Amino acid sequence: MQALLKHRELILVGAIAVLVGLIALRFPGFIAPRNIVRVFDDTSILMMLALGQMVVILTRCIDLSIAANLALCGMIVAMINAAFPDIPIPALIVVGVACGAALGAVNGLLVWKLDIPSIVVTLGTMTIFRGSIFLLSSGEWVNAHQMSAAFKAFPRTEFLWIPVFSWIAIAVIALFFVLMTRTPLGRSFYAVGVNPTASVYTGIDVGRTRFFAFVVSGIVAGLAGYLWVSRYAVAYVDIAGGFELEVVAACVIGGISIAGGIGTVAGAVLGALFLGVVKNALPVIDVSPFAQMAISGAVIVIAVIFNARAERKTGRIILRKAEASA
Amino acid sequence: MSLVKTLITSTALAAAMLTAAAPAQAQTRIALVVKSLGNGFFEAAAAGARDAAEEIGDVEIIYTGPTEPTAEAQIEVINTLIAQQVDAIAISANDPDAVVPALQRAMDRGITVISWDSGVAPEGREMHLNPSSNELIGDTIIRLAADHLPDGGQVAILSATATATNQNIWIEEAQKVLPNYEGIELVDIVYGDDLSDKSYREAQGLIQSYPDLDAIIAPTTVGIVAAAQAVTDAGKIGEINVTGLALPSEMAGHIASGASESFAIWNPIDLGYSATYIAHALATGAATAEPGSTIGIGHVGEVTIGEDGQAAMAEPFTYDASNIDQFKTIF
Repeated sequence: MQALLKHRELILVGAIAVLVGLIALRFPGFIAPRNIVRVFDDTSILMMLALGQMVVILTRCIDLSIAANLALCGMIVAMINAAFPDIPIPALIVVGVACGAALGAVNGLLVWKLDIPSIVVTLGTMTIFRGSIFLLSSGEWVNAHQMSAAFKAFPRTEFLWIPVFSWIAIAVIALFFVLMTRTPLGRSFYAVGVNPTASVYTGIDVGRTRFFAFVVSGIVAGLAGYLWVSRYAVAYVDIAGGFELEVVAACVIGGISIAGGIGTVAGAVLGALFLGVVKNALPVIDVSPFAQMAISGAVIVIAVIFNARAERKTGRIILRKAEASA
Repeated sequence: MSLVKTLITSTALAAAMLTAAAPAQAQTRIALVVKSLGNGFFEAAAAGARDAAEEIGDVEIIYTGPTEPTAEAQIEVINTLIAQQVDAIAISANDPDAVVPALQRAMDRGITVISWDSGVAPEGREMHLNPSSNELIGDTIIRLAADHLPDGGQVAILSATATATNQNIWIEEAQKVLPNYEGIELVDIVYGDDLSDKSYREAQGLIQSYPDLDAIIAPTTVGIVAAAQAVTDAGKIGEINVTGLALPSEMAGHIASGASESFAIWNPIDLGYSATYIAHALATGAATAEPGSTIGIGHVGEVTIGEDGQAAMAEPFTYDASNIDQFKTIF
């Protein structure tokens, strides 16, 4: 039992199960298979971004520009689609991913080469990205009728009862699992976060690793940019406004330590799912909008308290005699 | 695109000013001053003003404004108009206070000054023309849903944030007129916070919670677009009608798909048209800008100036499949 409780992921699975059970008592339709797929679908973007953010947080950094990056890539893709409706969707996805990677690289370079704290860098680039959307679009919206049918239909296409939207999320999760557990780069993200000084001695370039972390986060944001714009069939300056905080919250709930070095792919995915279930349940269980905000906030605080307790290491006593005599 | 438009308008404007240099006798010259040139909304208002000028006859419209939407640039435009000795200025202001001294100077020289769309502080104008009023908007959003529900039905409102003042006033007014619409039942009011994702989820929540829901009314543009998409994705087109307040360009796709039968927003053409009628009436002395006085505004009807020196033009204009194509490129 003690061993089971040590696994945060299992606790989270349990918490999500209890939560879904409670919601089902009030609104039975919530556990219909159709609805479960819908909730997963709705949480796809959050899951992907939480994974991108996780990689950055692991290296003791944070990416506050992730939602602004998403919005800028989304706007670029939407404007290209509106101007040239014949460009195939896969090409547009490549464009989105490339833009996201480039924007992530800007963050990464500033953190790596100029050694500026990531919270300052990304706070700045967040505003720059939003401003760029305004300059690009002159404040105008790209609306549903300007987007091609294929642009909107692709993520909604169902394949084996599940929309492509969810399949993309599943593929991203699988890729991240391989990246984090089976590649030298993935392991170096952990190493840099756990102990940057020791990493240097093992031959890991800390700055370079952080740079790659931001590029990874940017790639995910670029992909999510297309998906977001396609899902809501509209692109404007403020899309996904404030979403970066939800992404960080998902990471925190998923047990990713803000101090770096601790966190798993499963944790990030489950953290996002937990938040997704709460967000999808609130509209159907009939609570006041003010209580909704308080509930969302309370969930995050509880998760952080849980984290802080789990991470508290009992110091190892190496001088037993000295302690005994004290 | 918009640069080209601005250039064309500026050239047209310069040409108009040159011809205006030879003053025709007994003509009322009304300057329609907008926030900035090259904006589809104001181009449409200018078209309305020209319609009005043609109907009234003997009216010359000077459509002008700065290229940048700033108060400073607008003050320069006003000063130029004073020098030209126009008879009336109808302005949509970039700043309610900054333009007041310039407009007071204009009034001192006997120029009639009214504001429309975006108002000027009371000391800087004779009256202000609002596109609509809270009562009219509240009534319109319910009527939009009721029009397509002859046998009554369930409607729900998807608003912005729970603390948004204008939204709350409109919803309050809507609730007041609800008894006038027999069989229309307002089942819920939810808040999407003007975020696409939250509005979308709230709309999905409504669809799930109320299986017999007939209409979603969203008096906010982010909300109505998200709700229309949610209804489309849920395969409920034809069952649930999404309506409310939005711009035609934003809703064109959802009108075409059938997710929305109709929606409303002020009509910029009528706004420019009405402002011209009012400016003409005041400049020629046919009417006075006092509280309680009524001014005829052509085919739009008439307006009555309230205690605060403001008047409401009409209920929001309804857009549907029949006219959306005409307006979706305008604003």
